[in-house]
Amino acid sequence: MTAPTEPRTRPMREEFTDLVGAALDVDPRLAVVLAEISADRFTAAASRHPDRVINVGIREQALIGVAGGLALTGMRPVVHSIAPFLVERPFEQLKLDLNHQGVGAVLVSTGASYDYPAAGRTHMAPGDVALLDTLPDWTVHVPGHPREFAELLSAALLTDDLVYLRMSERTNAAPLPVGRRFRVVREGRGGVVLAVGPMLRPVLAATAELDVAVLYASTVRPFDAAGLRSAALAATPDVVLVEPYLRDTSTAAANAALADLPHRVLGLGVRRDAELRAYGTADEHEAAHGLDPAGLARSIRGFLATSGR
Amino acid sequence: MTTSTPAGTGLGHPELPALLARMSGDEKHSPAATSTLDVLWVLYDRVLDVDPAHADDPDRDRFLLSKGHGPMAYYAVLAANGFLDPAELDGWSSFDSRLGQHPDRLLVPGVEIGSGSLGHGLPLALGTALGLRARGRTRPRVVVLVGDAELGEGSNHEAIAVAGRFGTGQLTAVVVDNASDSHGWPGGIAERFSREGWAAHSVDGRDHEALHRALTDTRPDQPLAVIARVEPKEFA
Repeated sequence: MTAPTEPRTRPMREEFTDLVGAALDVDPRLAVVLAEISADRFTAAASRHPDRVINVGIREQALIGVAGGLALTGMRPVVHSIAPFLVERPFEQLKLDLNHQGVGAVLVSTGASYDYPAAGRTHMAPGDVALLDTLPDWTVHVPGHPREFAELLSAALLTDDLVYLRMSERTNAAPLPVGRRFRVVREGRGGVVLAVGPMLRPVLAATAELDVAVLYASTVRPFDAAGLRSAALAATPDVVLVEPYLRDTSTAAANAALADLPHRVLGLGVRRDAELRAYGTADEHEAAHGLDPAGLARSIRGFLATSGR
Repeated sequence: MTTSTPAGTGLGHPELPALLARMSGDEKHSPAATSTLDVLWVLYDRVLDVDPAHADDPDRDRFLLSKGHGPMAYYAVLAANGFLDPAELDGWSSFDSRLGQHPDRLLVPGVEIGSGSLGHGLPLALGTALGLRARGRTRPRVVVLVGDAELGEGSNHEAIAVAGRFGTGQLTAVVVDNASDSHGWPGGIAERFSREGWAAHSVDGRDHEALHRALTDTRPDQPLAVIARVEPKEFA
């Protein structure tokens, strides 16, 4: 007899399949639209609900177009693929078949930024959130833990909103309560560091010795301007954004939140000045983008040290 | 040629040129501007179960205009069918008009999709048909109108293949063929659809009886394609 242990934390992708599979049994509005990716994980659900688990094959434009048509009939489509194939390839379909038709869907991506490093550039889409920022009305969730993901997904299934859920294999040690508001994880006076989703783990390590406030966001759109602003007023309006996707994705939103305050913003994230042509591991990619604890500590210390105040 | 006046508007097929003239200011219309006119007329007059008094009925048929450019014929037919006040046609494409040079479903009564960018209507129509089936609504038809050149968009071929393999019998695609594709389709457009498992007919797009016969020849387990041949597009 072994001592009781914490239940194993399952990856977000397993939470996704189980949760949606079960929700199909109770919510007749729900449909899953797939383009081969993860279709094997929905075999049982498809046999129970052949009309509501729809695999269109490797056809990502049809993936989103079909989801738009389903939504036009009052269905709630859940659409899933690897981030570049879900957001980048059918981008005009997102713009026209969802936004422009005035209908919603839940997009659930797998393979965030450098989650699949050995697959190379074709399987990376660190620009996904920035791209969705060119469209109105999207709610963007970047959970840092499978339990946060499950909670956010369950809530998204019940609305008709445009929701993007960015699954990641990179996770924090423990879940935090989810919500639209940025959460104060640590108080401090020398500046504010906003950690988005799985960036909380390296941010906490990087700032352990620094007198800075740390905020956490599992929902990044809409951007909690009031939360950032009150944290900046309580500390110092020197703000560092640490995002697991393209650097400076939220810099404009942070500047808008602080528009009437003298402030500085440093955006950290996946480099946008060069395509990183490398394979290897996610840890190696995190370090190459300066997003490991050492790289983050260097950037944050340097930024705060050059304060003009 | 039918001369019925649906929805009690007093406006029938003979009045369509006058309705078009309210938008163009021109009594004569080029074939390009009216390539869809007869198909639209037959659909709304004799095929589709749609009604302005029940525009949101979940069991209504759905008509999706994918070929969203040159929507004058569409607006004229919507006006003749009581979805629009003909007076509204006068100000079309002005800033505060609901009637743009591409239709917007959130602005125009009876319009099921906003369109203009080509290649979106057929996948949306497929999704609509699948959604109706999933909701147990097996009676409504989903008819989407595309142009022959629009078929060049790869998104259409994605949807054609999926609809064929799924046997989506509630779906009908009407291809108005004015020979405007630069490259065309070997063996003809109907052949392309039937290879993918669709029932397909190629008819004179000005012949109302032939259009009616083709548009009503649906199968429970096969999507239907009707290729409506009209005069070749005039190139400037």
